[in-house]
Amino acid sequence: MEIMGVINLDNEQDFLNELTYFRCGAAVPFGGRYRLIDFVISNMTNAGMNDIAVFTRKKYRSLMDHLGKGKAWDLDTKYGGLFILPPDWNDPTDVSKGDLQHFHNNLDYFYRGKAEYVLISGSQHICNIDYQEAYEHHLKTEADITVIYKKVDMLEPEHKQCQKLETSHEGRVLKVTNEEYNNNVYMNMYIVSKKLLLQLVEHGIAHGASHFFNDCIANELENLHVQAFEYKGVHSVINSVQSFYKNNLQLLDPEFYHELFFSEQTILTKVKNEPPARYLNGANVVNSLVGNGCIIEGTVENSILFRGVVVKKGAVVKNSIIMQRCEIQGNTNIENVILDKDVTLTEGKRLIGNEQMPFVIPKQKVI
Amino acid sequence: MLLAGGEGKRLELLTKNLAKPAVYFGGKYRIIDFPLSNCTNSGIDTVGVLTQYQPLVLNTYIGIGSAWSLDRKHGGVTVLPPFQAQDRGDWYKGTADAIYQNINFVEQYNPKYVLILSGDHIYKMNYAKMLKYHKQKEADVTISVLEVPWEEASRFGILNTTDDLRIHTFDEKPENPKSNLASMGIYIFNWELLKKYLIEDAENPHSSHDFGKNVLPSLLQDGKRLYAFQFQGYWKDVGTVESLWQANMDLLDDEPQFNLNETGWRMYSVNPNQPPQFISRNATVNRALINEGCLVDGNVDHSILFFGVQVGAGSTVKDSVIMPNVKIGKNVVIEKAIIGENTIIEDGAVIRAEEGQQREITLIGENSHIKADDAVGLEVTKGV
Repeated sequence: MEIMGVINLDNEQDFLNELTYFRCGAAVPFGGRYRLIDFVISNMTNAGMNDIAVFTRKKYRSLMDHLGKGKAWDLDTKYGGLFILPPDWNDPTDVSKGDLQHFHNNLDYFYRGKAEYVLISGSQHICNIDYQEAYEHHLKTEADITVIYKKVDMLEPEHKQCQKLETSHEGRVLKVTNEEYNNNVYMNMYIVSKKLLLQLVEHGIAHGASHFFNDCIANELENLHVQAFEYKGVHSVINSVQSFYKNNLQLLDPEFYHELFFSEQTILTKVKNEPPARYLNGANVVNSLVGNGCIIEGTVENSILFRGVVVKKGAVVKNSIIMQRCEIQGNTNIENVILDKDVTLTEGKRLIGNEQMPFVIPKQKVI
Repeated sequence: MLLAGGEGKRLELLTKNLAKPAVYFGGKYRIIDFPLSNCTNSGIDTVGVLTQYQPLVLNTYIGIGSAWSLDRKHGGVTVLPPFQAQDRGDWYKGTADAIYQNINFVEQYNPKYVLILSGDHIYKMNYAKMLKYHKQKEADVTISVLEVPWEEASRFGILNTTDDLRIHTFDEKPENPKSNLASMGIYIFNWELLKKYLIEDAENPHSSHDFGKNVLPSLLQDGKRLYAFQFQGYWKDVGTVESLWQANMDLLDDEPQFNLNETGWRMYSVNPNQPPQFISRNATVNRALINEGCLVDGNVDHSILFFGVQVGAGSTVKDSVIMPNVKIGKNVVIEKAIIGENTIIEDGAVIRAEEGQQREITLIGENSHIKADDAVGLEVTKGV
């Protein structure tokens, strides 16, 4: 394969409060059965990439558990496959900083890979993108680097925190800014040849840089030919509890759901051996996504139920996100709530959050 | 040794291109998942699957056995089709012959005991318990039995035992049953003894090479120690369209006898990896099992939807089993039917038994295409 992948989680903060107390953002459950990282990995493997490295720094236990040897994405191969690369600081001569440390410490990954090009991405941009198309664009324009962006129709609060691109008519990137009112949202994904990547890393470390993209690419736009590639499909950014909540519920828009999950490329995740969801007599479920293994006897509206959730008779769940194996007992009422995994809501409880500010209950709580 | 070569004629269209053990069941599974999962859960890690009829789907499905954790360095799952050897070669002529032809396979592992299973029953059973019982009784053969209602006993192979469950006679479908202990077709043999009898049986030109008809009776005749192991719990032979439909419907009870959600005895299956099911704003879903990848925009009542099924707006699916990737259009009515996989049902079609139809359950074969004006009688096969 001509491209190898790096999923760089180094610059992603623990942006989801309770949901990221014990896991990194990339491992946060999303959309009824996925984790955020599934989208970027699936997009990569769908494009035929089979050397994929994950640069992770903190709280990666649950991420490693989820990814395993990469079997769900056919990455459990004899050569190449999935490499989870936590930081390693054993080299006393190492003067690298920031995410450049990761590049520096894992030079072997790049040297050993056969690919000539590297695609580097974060995990917060949910999309179903054809990376081959971006790669062809990269070759055609003979760019040094191709960055991927989404032109959003309407700027939402979560876009505020994203970097933006200013481009020329020919699609060349002129500036990478933090401007609030610019619709060209940079998706934290770029393609670069391995040769140039290694040169830039070396140069960056020698000059005290710490953030590879910002210091070595965005600050060098005059010296480098950086092209912009526009992604035109469905897109969400998850970088706050609000955006997490809103974009999960966004999946209930049938067109959005269809485009994200039923295009030619499918999004894959670690499989579980759950039986089909079971709807009992009297169940009342509308406008919801339901994972396998759920047993529903109560009412569920505009909600997302992950795998193995139990909703007992007399329970009412509205506008909520209920993660794996939660149990909602009878005569309860929840609205605008996010329950992390294994939460039990006992008889007669009422939890009402605000649409703008959903109520988040951390893992394994009994309420 | 799992006997999975059955043609399953009585499942009609459902086994046109499939061996019976590969037929879909329970919204997600194929019938063979149940004995294979029972093996895994019982700690049996060496399994031979004997295939013969339409083996393609079954072979592909079993693969290297990873779905059931049977992808092992030593043992694991091996698919055993009939083969041509230098001096002989034949189809499997009977259950005993199938094992006889694979003596070499079994010998590789030098086992003390061999468990013989069939691949067409829905049940959960701990074979380790049965083996423990077999050892306790110092038996030569242990046969798993089920107490059936007396009035149905004449449909089964009936075992007559003494009080301590030692088998003295065996009646195949007796007119006047003396016992209601029916054989479930699950046997544990001491391998050395079985090997001897299989070789003898193979040399006998008058034998039909069947366990029930030949091998077990001659063991009994020779005074060997045959014991019955009593099984309690749900067990269903899903060999007919009616029983397949009924066993599916049994899963929909509020407290089903056969519980797929039990975490202590999981049923494993090849997972399709599809997005979570979407129940739309206009949908109603009641008493149903629905798998991932389904899009429900209509009404589903007392039915089972396998993965990737779409139910259009205004459509009603009642008392039915819809196999994978069936696309149901708008304003369709489906009642008491089994719809084979990849079938397309156009807007406005009505599928239900008409008055005077021989059978209540309407069966539609895989890859069919049903138009609104098609009169759906007893069976429909169209398309590919």
